[in-house]
Parts: sequence; C-alpha cells; structure tokens
Amino acid sequence: MSLHLAVALEGAGWHPAAWREGLLTPSEVFDAQYWTALVREAERGLLDFVTFEDSFGLQSTLLDGLDSRTDQVRGRLDAVLLAARIAPLTTHIGLVPTATTTHTEPFHVAIGIASLDFASEGRAGWQPRISARSSEAALIGRRDFPILGTGTRAQAHEGRPTAFEAAMDDDFRRHVAGLFEEAGDAVEVARRLWDSWEDDAEIRDEATGRFLDRDKLHTIDFEGRFFSVRGPSITPRSPQGQPVVTALAHSRVPYEFAVRHADVVFVTPHSREEAAATVAELRDLEAGSSRGPVKIFADLLVFLGDDAAERKARLDALDGAPLASDALVFAGSAEELADLLLDWREAGVEGFRLRPGALPYDLKVIARELTAVLRARGAFRDAYEAGTLRGHLGLTRPASRYAEVS
Amino acid sequence: MRKQVHLAAHFPGVNNTTVWADPRSLSQIAFSSFAHLARTAERGTFDFFFLAEGLRLREHKGLIHDLDVAGRPEALTVLSALAAVTDRLGLAGTVNATFNEPYELARRLASLDHLSAGRAAWNVVTTSDAFTGENFRRGGYLDRADRYRRAEEFLHVAGAFWNSWEADPFQGQDFVRQGAIRQVTHEGTHFGVTGTATLPGGRPVIIQAGDSDEGREFAARNADVIFSRHGTLEDGKRFYTDVKTRLAGYGRKPYELKIMPAATFALGGTEEEARSNADAIRRQQVGPRTALAFLEQVWGRDLSGHDPDGPLPETDPDDGEGVTQGRVPLGDRQAIAAKWRALAAERGLTTRELVIEVTGRQTFVGTPEQVARQIDEHVQADAADGFILVPHLTPGGLDDFVDTVVPLLRERGVFRESYSGSTLREHLGLTR
Repeated sequence: MSLHLAVALEGAGWHPAAWREGLLTPSEVFDAQYWTALVREAERGLLDFVTFEDSFGLQSTLLDGLDSRTDQVRGRLDAVLLAARIAPLTTHIGLVPTATTTHTEPFHVAIGIASLDFASEGRAGWQPRISARSSEAALIGRRDFPILGTGTRAQAHEGRPTAFEAAMDDDFRRHVAGLFEEAGDAVEVARRLWDSWEDDAEIRDEATGRFLDRDKLHTIDFEGRFFSVRGPSITPRSPQGQPVVTALAHSRVPYEFAVRHADVVFVTPHSREEAAATVAELRDLEAGSSRGPVKIFADLLVFLGDDAAERKARLDALDGAPLASDALVFAGSAEELADLLLDWREAGVEGFRLRPGALPYDLKVIARELTAVLRARGAFRDAYEAGTLRGHLGLTRPASRYAEVS
Repeated sequence: MRKQVHLAAHFPGVNNTTVWADPRSLSQIAFSSFAHLARTAERGTFDFFFLAEGLRLREHKGLIHDLDVAGRPEALTVLSALAAVTDRLGLAGTVNATFNEPYELARRLASLDHLSAGRAAWNVVTTSDAFTGENFRRGGYLDRADRYRRAEEFLHVAGAFWNSWEADPFQGQDFVRQGAIRQVTHEGTHFGVTGTATLPGGRPVIIQAGDSDEGREFAARNADVIFSRHGTLEDGKRFYTDVKTRLAGYGRKPYELKIMPAATFALGGTEEEARSNADAIRRQQVGPRTALAFLEQVWGRDLSGHDPDGPLPETDPDDGEGVTQGRVPLGDRQAIAAKWRALAAERGLTTRELVIEVTGRQTFVGTPEQVARQIDEHVQADAADGFILVPHLTPGGLDDFVDTVVPLLRERGVFRESYSGSTLREHLGLTR
C-alpha cells in the first residue's frame, strides 16, 4: 500500500535561518514564481499535497505580541490566494492552504476554499487554524483576548510550541478551548455551505425559463455561540463536493476538533511508541462517531542528504540557537528517513507531512530521492492514479447532505 | 495625440443581462470560463477584468429567484488564479466593505497585488441590508447615511496597512531592515486597531461605483476609477464634468480619476443586422416570466396571473417593503409605475415589450465601424474615459468585440496596440 506523502511549505523552510542560504533575495517569499517552482517540484515527486502555512498576524518568536527580530523571515502572503495562484500551473497535486477561523468570516472562507476547488479542478483542501494571540485580536479590535506570557520567547516554531501549552494558565486554556469550539463551528458552516447547492441544482430549463431548481438549494440555518449563517452559498457545489479539511493537533482539545471535523490530522509524535499512543488516542476518540476515520499523518521536520546534520548545525549557528520544534527534527539520508517512515507506518500512521528544513534543497531530496527509495520498497506510487485530492487520499466524493435519497 | 480609450471586461453577471438559453452559453462557474474571458480581454489589450459581487442569492416573493444565472466564486480567489493565466491584464474584484474588516481585506488585496505583480484593483462597495447580513458574523446593521463614512474610514485604515512597511525593506544583512515594519494605530468611530501588516505595499487601484452626491465625493477623494451607469452621451458628459470638477477640491488632477461607464453592445455585419441581433438579445434577456418578475418588483406584489403579453395592470403598486431581496432598491415605485404607464400608452406596448424597453437597451449597437466610432466619440466628447463592457454571453461574449472592434479603435489611434506598462496603474496612466 502506498504511503501518503505531503510537504508543508513555510517561508524559506522551517529553520528560521534557512532564508540566508535558500533565497536569492528576501522579497522572493512574496513572489508567485518562488512558490510555483516549489509546488511543481513537489508535483514532479507525485506527492499527495502541499500545505501552505499562514497566520492572521505577523510571525513572532514571542508567545504573544511582536518581537523586533529582523534576522528571520517576517511577512507572508494570504495562503488561500497563494494556492489559487498556483492552481492553474499544476495538474494533480493537492493544494491545502491555512485559513484562520478566529477573526475571519466563515462564509468568505468557505466560498474561498470552494473557489480554490474550482480553480484547481478538485484539488483543494483547508487547514483551519485558530488565532489565540491578543496582538492578533488587536488587528480587528472587536474582541478582548487575554495576553499570554508577555515577553516570553516561544521555545519552538511559530505559535504552536510545547512551551505555549506550558505557559497556559487555566483561563488561557479555556480561551483556547473556546477558539477551537468556534473553529469547529466555522468548519461546520463551511461543510454545510459546500453542500447547500445539490449537484444538479442548475437545470437551464428553457421550457419553464428556469435556470435553477430552487428545491435543490438549501439554507443552512446555522446558529451557534459565535455566529449564525443563513445560506445557501453563493458558490455552486465544487468539483470535490467536500474539499479536504485538515488539522494540526498536539493535545486533547485539538484531537477532539480533528476527530469531529477533519479528514486528515497532522500529529507530532517523536518516536514510534508515541506515534502508536497518539494513533490509539485518536481512534479511541472517534469510536462511536458516525464520521469516517480521520487519516493520521505524522509531521516531521527534515534535513536530508549526506551532510544533513552539518547543514542543520550551520543554520543553528546562524540563528544563534538550536532549532526547536513541536515535530521531531530528523537529519539524515533519504534511505534513513524511508526506514523511519516505514517503521512508523507499523504504528498505524497512514501518511507523513514533511516540513523541509531548508527550501528548496530538502524539498528536492524529498521529491526526487525519498520517493524513489520508497517506490523501490513498494511503498509509494509511480504515477498519480487520481485527479482530485480526495482521490489521492482514497476518499470518495460524497453526496450533498441535503440531497434526498431516492 | 487623441485622448486614449480605456476598456475593461465585466464577467457576465447574475442578472438577466446574461443570456443562458443560448447554445453558446457555457458554465458561469468553471475556471475555464473565467480564463477564456480574461485571456480574450488580454488579447484585446484591455485595462482590466472585472468581477461583481453578491453575497446572498436573490429572492423574489420569499423564494430564491430561479430565472437568472446564479452562482459565482469568491472574487479575489478566482482573480488570483487568473493572475497565473494572464500577464498584463488588471484584475478587479468587487468586495464589500460592510462584511469585511480593514486589516484582513487589506492583507488579501495586497496579496493579490503581489501575486499579480501589480495588477490588483478593488471596487469598493457597501451594503447595509440585513438580508445579506444574515450570512455574516456582524449581520446587517448600517443605516444608509453611515455607509460612506464607514467606507471612508475603512479605506483609511486599509491604506495605513498598505503604507506600513517602508519602501525597500529588504536592504542590508537582515531579512528586513530594523524599523522597516511600522506599527499602525487607529482609533476611530468604526474601527480601533493596532498592529502591523504581514506584507509590504500592495495598495490596489481603487474603483468606486456610487452615484449619489456622497458617492461622487467619496470617489473624488479616494478612487482611481469610477464605474458609472451614465453610458449615454449627454448623461455621460454631465456626470463626467461634475465628478472631474470635484477633483480640484482634493488637490487632484482630472487624469487621476478615470470614468468608465458600464456598456453593453450588439454587433452585426450591417446596421440592420446589428439592430436585429440587439432585439433578439433583448427578447432572450426578458422572457415572459422575467417580464412578470420585473413587474412584481415594481408593483410590490404577486402578479402571477397577469398576462405578460397583455397591457400593464390597471391597479396601482403596493406601498411597503416590496417582494425582492438582494438587489439594489428601485426607489419610488409609484413614480416608476406612472412612467411605465405613460410610455406603454404612448407606444402601445405590452408588459413584456415595456420591460424590454425600460430595462437597458444596449449602449452600442451597430457594425464594428459604427461601434468603434461611437466609443471614440463618447471618449473624445468627455462623456467617459472608456467603458466597462458587459457581454451577454459566458464566456465568449467578448470574442467578436476583440476581433472586430478593437482593431478599428487601434486604427483610429485611440487604443493601445500592445501594453506599454506592466501594472494596472500604468495602463490607467495613474501616478500615485
């Protein structure tokens, strides 16, 4: 059985100093050509999908508020628009942008992802993300958020470190749990909107002069604690029907979110044993759920090649600190990484989302060497077998929840 | 040099202008349709491609209006995808200032501007109706008078984010220069925000479509382009003079605001053929049920028993709320009905014929030579700086225009042979 392989694209790579070696100029990260070349590389490697990181506010090493560091990548493009920009220039690979849920309109996000699904002809996904920081709330100025650990340096990358959880007091834990509840409502609204036009709602019936069969359009009538949305969508049902929803999860609250709302979950075990325990916890949580099982992907931050360890050490020296990450940091050859992936597969992990330490180098090794090694071991596809992201993941196209079964 | 014409392509919308019962009418939502029209516009060296907005499906008599084309994408997402299949064409999206927040919309527009290398435009609209608001967190809440004040403040805050990174932020040894990312702080009536943008620059071309006195002032202060509805020669000249005169009050030069009315067209090999094509299109646009729906919109009640091929109803319109939601309000319905009756009596028109007559004849009808001349005349007479063309077919509705009219405009020396600039601001001859 083929492993599922994805790559997480972020800045110049996941090492904060990677931009010094990987970019011709810092402004490349705001340039469509840079990202297009990366996604095409991933597509040549026949990967299932790429994800595009995003956050509502600017990057910072602090738990809350902005730092004044100018030696790391600062600034990003909106990830949904970035994915759409690349969609017509690729043909098979899934495109999964992050879109935040705390300060955005669920309606706009839902039609944005549906529109990405049209532009990519069925390759859209979505990674919802909460925005917990008070500094992000201040960009809108309508909600008062508690300030978390002012001045405390995050121990790992960008807003989802283990230190983040350690620094939480009970109030903040409740705050974050509320944001996950709201994110769950946002996904529920999106899923209903995506179904609100049945597939055959457009009839173009000249005899009666009707373009639409209004009986096949449905209000979604969502009423929640945070917002209500009437519907139907303004966007017809998209090629996949339901674009793929993913979630990064490190602990119980996001695990519950993933099991309830996502099709794919990204987890961060640091060993095969931890992987097995996480898989067991997720499968336990979804017992009794009517939804299909969530696909479990493990995230790994990877430096590849014969000089992987030296490259990482050199970047650590440039950054002035050893790289810390929520995900396991791997440095080694493609062969060694393949060994690890196949070992963890035995623990019930169905796929991997690899975070290249430095772009484009580590991505190239993934797309060219790692896939070749896995293929030689019978564990990776030698051609795309489907044209949609759901297809790559073995998910069928569901009927609209509002369609009457005849 | 003669005054140059500016042209834009409006993707066929979701009202009865768009004819779907024609074998050439293809998908209103497939990306291939957007790509076809955008590539056609770029082949014709148009200034920009334009997308309208409607955030809730229209309703008529409490039910979803089912006679017209419906279903469209999120504007900025499809424009970003179009940036990949075009190279020079400007990409304009209509996005509501009421159901968005300045920081987030500024960020998305700046992203589109980067992803298209300087081709983004934002048509600023405001909505106040609670009907549309039911799809959004904040609901409908603005009274009419507040709309422009809020839009003005919205634009001010968005502008602060577009300006918040210093020019040339990427000089020196670090990723960004120390101090290159400045904090925005704004405390106003509608917004109180603090923070920094996640990307440098990104101010799009600003388009505005309001027609009221406040709308014109807003445009004179803020807009680079006005999307007007004054397409006829005399009406256009009055509007043009009025708005261009207002610019001086804000220290702006006449060329800094381009006036581009919406325009429809019908072409033919001869003038007679063009007229007959125009009539055929109008009959397709206003079928019997569509005529009745327009009638009900004005009369404000159910008239399903009425014969569209007979005279107008003898009874007067109802006062009150009306039966239509999700459309621009009509205004004084009693006055409209009186006007309709007078016109129908004068010309002996049936209900359907009357609706065909009063709901938008084509702006330009004729042979390619005639249409090129009319467009040129409008522009030289200062009735417009150019037009936003609204084709009646998706996606091929501009093919003939680009193949036949554009070369004649070029021959007249009033339209570019090729793009001389790479950004939309350059196409429009704007400096700021």
